[in-house]
Formats: sequence, structure tokens, C-alpha cells
Amino acid sequence: MDSITRRKFLVTSGVTGAGALAAGMTAYSVNDILATAGERTETTGPDSKTLVMITLYGGNDSLNMIVPFADSAYHDARPELAYKDTEVLKVSDSVGLNPAMKGMHRLYGEKRMAIVRSVGYPKADRSHFRSMDIWHTANPNQPGNTGWLGRWLDTVGGDPRMAVSFETVLPPLLAGALSAGAVVGQNGVRLPKNLPLKTVSALGQAAAGESILQARAAACFADLANVDTFIRDVRENDEAQAGQAQARATGTGGGSALNNQLSLVAQCIEAKVATRAFSVSLGGFDTHADEKAPHQGLLGILDRSVTAFLDRVSKTEQGKNVVVAIYSEFGRRVRANASDGTDHGAAADVMLLGHSLNGGLYGEAPNLKKLDDGDVKYSTDFRDIYATLSEKVLNADPARVVDGWKGRLNGLFA
Amino acid sequence: MSMAEREKVAHLLRRATFGPTAEEVDEAERAGYQATVDRLVNPPGADGAPAAPVLANLNKDQQIQRITDWWLDRMVATAHQFPEKLVFFWHGHWATSVEKVDSAPLMMQQQNVFRQLGRGDFAPFVKAMLRDPALVLWLDGQRNTKRAPNENLARELMELFTIGIGNYTEADVQQGAKALTGWTVNRGNGTVKLEPSRFDSGEKTILGQKGKFDADGYTDLLMAQPATVKFLADRLWFRFASGERPAPEVVDRMSKAYGANRDLNALTAAMLRDPAFPATRGQLVKQPTEWAVGAMRQLGIRPSSFNDADRKALRDGLNGMDQLLFHPPSVGGWPDGGAWLTTSSVQVRLRVAELLVSKAAAPAIEKLNAAPEQGRMEALARLLVVDMWTQRTRQALSEQAKDARRLLALGLISPEYCVH
Repeated sequence: MDSITRRKFLVTSGVTGAGALAAGMTAYSVNDILATAGERTETTGPDSKTLVMITLYGGNDSLNMIVPFADSAYHDARPELAYKDTEVLKVSDSVGLNPAMKGMHRLYGEKRMAIVRSVGYPKADRSHFRSMDIWHTANPNQPGNTGWLGRWLDTVGGDPRMAVSFETVLPPLLAGALSAGAVVGQNGVRLPKNLPLKTVSALGQAAAGESILQARAAACFADLANVDTFIRDVRENDEAQAGQAQARATGTGGGSALNNQLSLVAQCIEAKVATRAFSVSLGGFDTHADEKAPHQGLLGILDRSVTAFLDRVSKTEQGKNVVVAIYSEFGRRVRANASDGTDHGAAADVMLLGHSLNGGLYGEAPNLKKLDDGDVKYSTDFRDIYATLSEKVLNADPARVVDGWKGRLNGLFA
Repeated sequence: MSMAEREKVAHLLRRATFGPTAEEVDEAERAGYQATVDRLVNPPGADGAPAAPVLANLNKDQQIQRITDWWLDRMVATAHQFPEKLVFFWHGHWATSVEKVDSAPLMMQQQNVFRQLGRGDFAPFVKAMLRDPALVLWLDGQRNTKRAPNENLARELMELFTIGIGNYTEADVQQGAKALTGWTVNRGNGTVKLEPSRFDSGEKTILGQKGKFDADGYTDLLMAQPATVKFLADRLWFRFASGERPAPEVVDRMSKAYGANRDLNALTAAMLRDPAFPATRGQLVKQPTEWAVGAMRQLGIRPSSFNDADRKALRDGLNGMDQLLFHPPSVGGWPDGGAWLTTSSVQVRLRVAELLVSKAAAPAIEKLNAAPEQGRMEALARLLVVDMWTQRTRQALSEQAKDARRLLALGLISPEYCVH
């Protein structure tokens, strides 16, 4: 999917495709989500789980995140980039976490983190945009126009508040055929000084004969009536740090203030909102040169944000049922390029975290002596993970969500 | 001339300029559609735009702010609106961010390539871009050597800049990267140089052709691909005409105009003249820059007359709407369409509208006040070049018709104004 069809994807993805949705499915405020507070217990039972998908945009160098420090092939292929055994945070006698991942190392020790090795799909695509679309749609052959969580949303009635993104733009994974998740901006609703609220909100009404886009533009006003400063205090200084770490990457999308996004998710979970799936993101992973330090910086942001989030929500009963999944569109080439960076690769490790899962290492470690055109070969299909999350976290039949995919990640949940 | 004709030229001007004034629509209506296209594509006379900004004695951040303010001012002021809008298009096409390039002079140097070559033959334009220090730094071209090629530039050159995904293989990326090896960037004087010792002079196989290709040879291969003009037509249509893909016959017509000389000026003229173009009304969301610059043109104000605090407020506002010039979020370019329409962006839009209206020049306000109260919505539509208000907006805004500035701000945020 090129960037043009990728954009068309958003337009045709049900966000604006279906008539009912022209009324602005994506225009929600945090208040609307919080208005469902307490509904969780009533509708889906107190033990129902919540999924938090964290998308790392730009192609995360998995080999320097989950480091095969004992493998000489790793050191030979990237002498300047490789981490030594004395630097990594060991989780076994051959695997260690990046030195920046202290919090996750603790969670791993507490058996709350699972690492699935060498995850990918057949015929790896090395374009950022197409590979990300494959991950979003769960369809490597022909990325269609629905995301896997959007299809799940379709099956549970299509209320956008069930699947929420705190990014600025609707991520394709939340676009269903009939419905789409809600995109909630990070700014609290702040009204202008001199314009009357009543008039501004009146612009949110539907009008006859409008183009689809104009109807969407109108729908954005509908929420302004719910004035609140709910999230004004959430902002923290993560943004500046992220900015620095990303300065040397080619932009390929994704958010920067992961900490802010996860703080909002935490508030929603604490309020027992109806939302079952959240999407957040971190960009900046497309480093092709001198990447060791900025990559470590990004992993530090990821580590601190995720650890703080899990520690916070774990204080509540419902928070113990949260499952976090962290993935990127691809890993990087095993061999470094001459610029102390790595080019686009193929399979990579996926991390899953939460109280309710069985921590540990899953799947086959990357075999650096048997590569796919210089890249790590996949041994676990990413749809095994999606199907498992669909079944065990969202309690949904993978038939419709992941096109009847039969594979599963066994042992992840009791 | 019928109302439909006026709406047709108004549509043309809304898309081909940053936002026309009522007087510009009057003039276009008198001249007719075809003559207006001629004037847009080959504008007569001087552009009357401000000269390049002076960057001496400023620190790096101040320089970046200065070129941002300058470009916004230029977009408002230039009489050569369509060429300026093409510069903005190419900025989004080659989507280079100062975040990584880290130099205002290099961003200006890149913009000069857009100005000088962005309306001519596509081949020398691409060749110049492969020697553009900002693009080379953005995609790590200076780190791409014979010893270990760096694929970033070669991949995006094919995927995003020339032929589009699906028209090349992974092997083409790897071989293409070799053709682009050896370039070094001198940040100090803004030059690039080919270091023979870093260049892979050996044979490559790219897109089925064998040869000892270098950057220019590789570019020529790309230029010979039928996919190139289709890709360009698609991208142009997407930003100037519609979020819907152009029909094959539209692409065919545009391709013919582009021709064997790869004529970008003819390509864009063919787009504006295409019979399908007038039917694209309502199919684009104004990008935040287009929205703000168009509003300033219609309100008769220029950023160069703002004080520092207001200039900063304007930049912050555009940033809050996710479109700060020189900072595209991704090598894939700016967001588009429905992606701009979120609750959070509406709030920022409201604040920027208030800022701009507070500065509106007297004539704009007088034009509204001169209309009788029940005719204010028509006067507002003329000022903002909106074809028609919905009953919803007419009703909501009529209640505020007494206060001209308030009415203007509401007009600027209205769905009818934000989508065109």
C-alpha cells in the first residue's frame, strides 16, 4: 500500500465510509470515554481484560533490544553497535535486555513479561508503510482496509469508545468495516475566549447535502460542549526527551509523548471505563546511522513509560487484567551498515507484559547463521499472537478478527 | 456568466492558490477559466514577494523560526500563488525535516531547488535533489559507502519520490543504494561531493538493467519507468484535487502533457484543466498552512506585521494542528483528509482564528459592517470565498451577525470553510 492508498485507507476505512460514521466517530473527548466509567463491571464482568497495543514506528532494532550477547555472529555482524555481555541486563545465559530497560528487567524477573522471539510473516516487506499496514491489518498478502482491532470492534457492536487511541490521527488498526475506534486528542478541551459556546457547538450538528469530509469537520465540534481540563496536568517532560532521541531519525510516523498517552490510559483504566483496547505509539525508530545511543534513549523512554504505567494500574484490581503488547513494523538488518546504523530488516521480537500472563521466553531465538537475505527469519507468525490476544484478552473468536487464523501462542495465559 | 461559472473559477483558485480574495475571484471570473489557468501556471510580472530572510546574528533556533515566519509571509504576499503552492507541494513530497537536518540555511537551499527546478523537467530536478545536502542528511546518504551501503535514500527515492511501491524489488533497493554511494556533505558551506574512494563503481542491476550506474544513471533509469508519471500525477491530484484517486483517463491525460520532456509545468496545467477537476469540490480538507495563509490573505494581514509574541502564537498554532513548516512528521509527508479533523485540532483552530481576526485589517471588517445585518452571511461568504452555507451554519452564525470580528472567526472555523 503506498502512501496515497494508505491515506485513502483512512478515508474508506469506515471512519467516513459508512453513513452513520460520517458523524465523526473519531471526534471524542476524554470525557466521553470517562462517561463510561464503571460500565466495565456491568457489561463484561470484573475479570475482563484490557489490551494496550504499543506501536513502535520506524522499525525497532530488536537485536539491540533483546540482545543475543553470547552469539558470536551477533558481535561479528555489528562490532560497533553490539552490546557486550557485561552491559546487558541478563534474562538467561544467552539473552539480555538493553541496558536502558531496567524496569522491564524487573518485570521479567517477576514473571510479568513475555518475550516472543523472531516474530514476522512470510515474504517480509521492508517498506515502513506497507509493513506497518500489514501489522495493522493482519493481512500480509493484501493489506485491506480494515485493522484487526477495528474488525474486533465491528463484532462487539461498534461503539467507538470500546477501542481508543490517544494519538492525533486514527491508526489503521482501529478502523473496522462498519465502525472505528475513537481518537481522543491529548489536549483538554479549551474554549476560545470570545466565542459563544452555544454557537460553536451548534456547528456540530449534521446538515443536509454536505460532503463526507464536511460532515466530519462539523462533527468535531460536537464534543466541545464537554468542557474539561481533565488532562491538562498530565503533560510531563517526556516529550523533550523524546524529541532529542528522535532528532537523528528519519520520521516515519508515531507519537512522541508515550508517557502522556499511557497516563491517559491509566486514568481510564482506574475509572473502569468500557474501553477494552487502547492504541498508543512511539515514533523515531528509523535510525540508519549512529543509532546506538538514540536507540537506547528511545528504549529508555519505552521502559520508563511502560513500567510506570504497569506499576500504577497494578494497584487496582482491573489493572491486574491489563495486557500490554509492544511491536514494530520490522526489525533491522543483522549486519551494521558503514554508518554505525542498520537498514530495514525482517522478523523481530514482540514483548507482552501484564500480571495475568506467564512471563518468559517464547518461540525460537533468532538464528543469525541462517538469515533471510541478511535479516532474521521469522519463526512465529504475528497472527499467532493476535489470535491469542483476541481469544484470551478480548474474549473474541479469531475467526472474524484474524481471518480464522489457527496458530496460537501456547502457554501465554493459564 | 452564470453562478456555476463563478463557482468553477472559485474552486480553481481555492485549490491552486493559498486562498483567493473576493477580488481575485472577480478577476478570474472576467478572464474565464482557461485564461485563469494560464495566469496561474505562468504568472506575468513580478511576484512582489519578500526577499530571502537574513539569518546572520541569529542562533540556530532563531534561524529556523525566521525562515518559518518568512515563508508564511511569502505565501500570503506573493502574486505568484500557484508556483508558491507547488513549492509547498514539493516540500511535502520530498518531506525533509529540519529536526534531523538541523540547519535553516540547508532547508532554504533545498527550497531553492524546489523554486528553480520544481516546474521544469523532472530529471534534472531529481538529480539536483540527490545532491541536496538537506535530503542527503535526512536520509543518511552521506553515510552510504561502497564498503557498506546504507539503503535509506535509495528506498525512499523509489517508494516515495519517483515510482511508488510495487514498482521495484528489494534487490533494486540494494543495488540502487550502491549507485548512490560516495556522496559526502560539507555542512559548513552547504555542498556535496562525490568521493571516488567511497563510490561503488562496479556493475549494478537495477530495474532489470545492467550497468555501472551512478546517481545520474540511476535517475535516468527511474525517469524511463512508465510508473513515474503515474506516481506524480497521483500525488499531485491527491493534494490539489481530491483524496479519491484520479480515474485512469485523468492519469492518461496528465501523462500526455508531461510527455517525453518530463514537463512538470505542463503536468500541473493539465491537472487544473482536466475535465474531472471541477467535480472535486468538497473532497479536500484544507491543510493547516493553507487554512491559515488563506485566512490571512482574505483578512488583509501579513505575518511580517505581527509582533514576536503573535508570530510565535501563529507558529505554535500551526504546530498544534500538526503542520509546522520545515517539520513534516514523516518522510511520507504531511497527513491529509479526515486525519486533520480531530477534536484536538478544532480547539487549536479556534484559538488561531481568534488571533487572526483580532488583527484583521479595517477594509475586511468594513466590508462586513457595510452589509445590512440580514445580508451579513452573504458578505461573509464573499469575503471568505465560500460557495454556500448550510442551513446549520447560517442559523448558528446569524445569531452573531452584529459583531463582525466574531462572525469572521466563526466563519473561519466553519466546516464549509475548512473543507474545500
